Amino acid sequence: MIAAGRFSHRFRSRLSLAFLLIPPLAWLVVVYLGSLAVLLVSALWSTDTFTGALVHTFTGDNIVRVVTDMVFRAATLRTIGVALAVTVICIALAVPLALYMAKVASPRVRLGLVVAVTTPLWASYLVKAYAWRMLLSGQGPLAWVAGHTPGYGLVAVVLTLTYLWLPYMVIPVFAAFERVPNTLIDASSDLGASGWATLRTVMAPLVFPGIAAGSIFTFSLSMGDYIAVTIVGGKTQMLGNIIYGQLVTANNQPLAAALSLIPLVAIIGYLLAMRRTGALENI
Amino acid sequence: MSTTTRRLGVTLAACAALVAACSSSTNSGGGTASPTKQEPLASIGAGEGQLNLVSWPGYAEDGSNDPKVDWVHPFEQETGCKVNIKIGNTSDEMVQLMRTGQYDGVSASGDATLRLIYAGDVAPVNTDLVPNYATISDFLKNKEWNSVDGQMFGIPHGWGANLLMYNTDVVKDAPDSWGAVFPGAPEYKGKVTAYDSPIYIADAALYLSKTKPELGIKNPYALTSEQLDAATELLKTQHGNIGEYWSDYTKAVQAFESGTSVIGTSWQVIANMLTSDDKVKIATVLPKEGSTGWSDTWMLASKATHPNCMYKWMDYITSPKVNAAVAEYFGEAPAQTKACEFTTDKNFCATYHATDADYAKQISYWTTPQKKCVDGSGDNCTAYSEWVDKWQQIKG
Repeated sequence: MIAAGRFSHRFRSRLSLAFLLIPPLAWLVVVYLGSLAVLLVSALWSTDTFTGALVHTFTGDNIVRVVTDMVFRAATLRTIGVALAVTVICIALAVPLALYMAKVASPRVRLGLVVAVTTPLWASYLVKAYAWRMLLSGQGPLAWVAGHTPGYGLVAVVLTLTYLWLPYMVIPVFAAFERVPNTLIDASSDLGASGWATLRTVMAPLVFPGIAAGSIFTFSLSMGDYIAVTIVGGKTQMLGNIIYGQLVTANNQPLAAALSLIPLVAIIGYLLAMRRTGALENI
Repeated sequence: MSTTTRRLGVTLAACAALVAACSSSTNSGGGTASPTKQEPLASIGAGEGQLNLVSWPGYAEDGSNDPKVDWVHPFEQETGCKVNIKIGNTSDEMVQLMRTGQYDGVSASGDATLRLIYAGDVAPVNTDLVPNYATISDFLKNKEWNSVDGQMFGIPHGWGANLLMYNTDVVKDAPDSWGAVFPGAPEYKGKVTAYDSPIYIADAALYLSKTKPELGIKNPYALTSEQLDAATELLKTQHGNIGEYWSDYTKAVQAFESGTSVIGTSWQVIANMLTSDDKVKIATVLPKEGSTGWSDTWMLASKATHPNCMYKWMDYITSPKVNAAVAEYFGEAPAQTKACEFTTDKNFCATYHATDADYAKQISYWTTPQKKCVDGSGDNCTAYSEWVDKWQQIKG
């Protein structure tokens, strides 16, 4: 009796576990991995040059072109450069801010800062990007106050993307700082370490996973962005614009698919690099 | 860990196999380069009660943008065809939408029409069934962008020219040549604008056809590889002086108002908006080299499920009153000659040179470049896909 009861209990918990897991797993396999598979396969097709209709014969031409074409290489380097610059600036801004929020500020100021950092997330992406377009315009507020504006171009893109993705860096770094016990900091200074030494040898290793998590957001979001560039980038084009151009303007889905393997590889490479540092195990 | 990875790999492979298997069965011959052999409709029957359209913004207004601008509801009441509108923002987007086969008709520009015709996405149209066709401007009938061998593939709707627009406060001596944005561009370095589409290469080709006759460019849409390279070189030089490109016309308006752009290619509707806002002084000119432009045609999908409603729509949208309303709202010349009697602004047709065949002749209408030269001069021309690649190289 007891065994049977235990069995049915176990069976029922298994069943409910299955119910819980099937929807997300189905989503992952069918929608996510499925669309990735479609992408990989369509990168090997080609199109009819005039009507743009798909020709379903396998060819490696698109991949070869993506690797060898100078335009694509330049755009790839530019995009990775922008993504890295945005990530570095976000780290430089977020670490002091998060340290202040977590360890120095009074609870009321901390709450105020958390609200201030997250509020922009409620506004639409486009509104924020257009706000930067106004701000950076030749006759905009920045030119009026500072007498100079970088104008529309790469600098404007980095500025805008940094603004857009900063909350995604501040929040994980803030959480990481908050998890560092105050007793550790006290012990460190009791043992004679300076504030800088405490920050470098005690806090930095504990906070690093938070920075890594934030950098994955800022890096991958910047890698894939193509809308902010069209708004504040002037005549600059990033990888996303080229993919969009090949897909929508040229109607060349296979080449677009082959091109989108670049950010995929870049992000996987970034994740592997992060894994080597051991940051992923601590997230 | 490793078993999970292996399992993932197997799943991926299975997905890929599935996709490949499914796709090979739907292998529709993409290489067919002849228009559909479909016979045009012989007579119009009763409406099917529905009509699904792909339309440029501003062409099929149902009052949702401005309650006073509504010519879709009167059509629905008149014919009983309920209209569903899908807005296409670019010609390329429209081609993609039509390829889904879910739509009955499209307002296609000349750089989309031939692609639609030769892919078999649109059907020939029996113009006898569209009474308003008779009074449409003659210079829009049986053109290379809307017909094949004398068979019309739609009903002309309206047209316009790409103009050279400039800020009169900055550009003091009025330019009369596209040279102002090509060799003359360094004078306004960083403030020159251009249309962000591969089809803009034709503007450079048009300029070269007049200034460098040794290249032998006769039609800016029929370029050999050397001619395309020459146009690309010209645009690469221009790129150094460009502030930003535009494709969304509201962005062009804003760029001129903020002083980001002071000279470049533009549309009449942009000039009208800038004039009505009155924040900057601008002027437009149709340069002496002539200009590129668009000519739009309402086309019937070859697999239309509501062809009768589409015929009714094509007649309705080119009827004098409605065509006048659309043309005035969008800012282009109406195709219907009788529309000029119904515009609220009596000078409208004069402003847009609507019935001026000589003005219209100066315009090289957007058309899809193809291997078989669009002017019939041979088989050694460059296809649109090459233009797209060149355009991406120009932008760097």
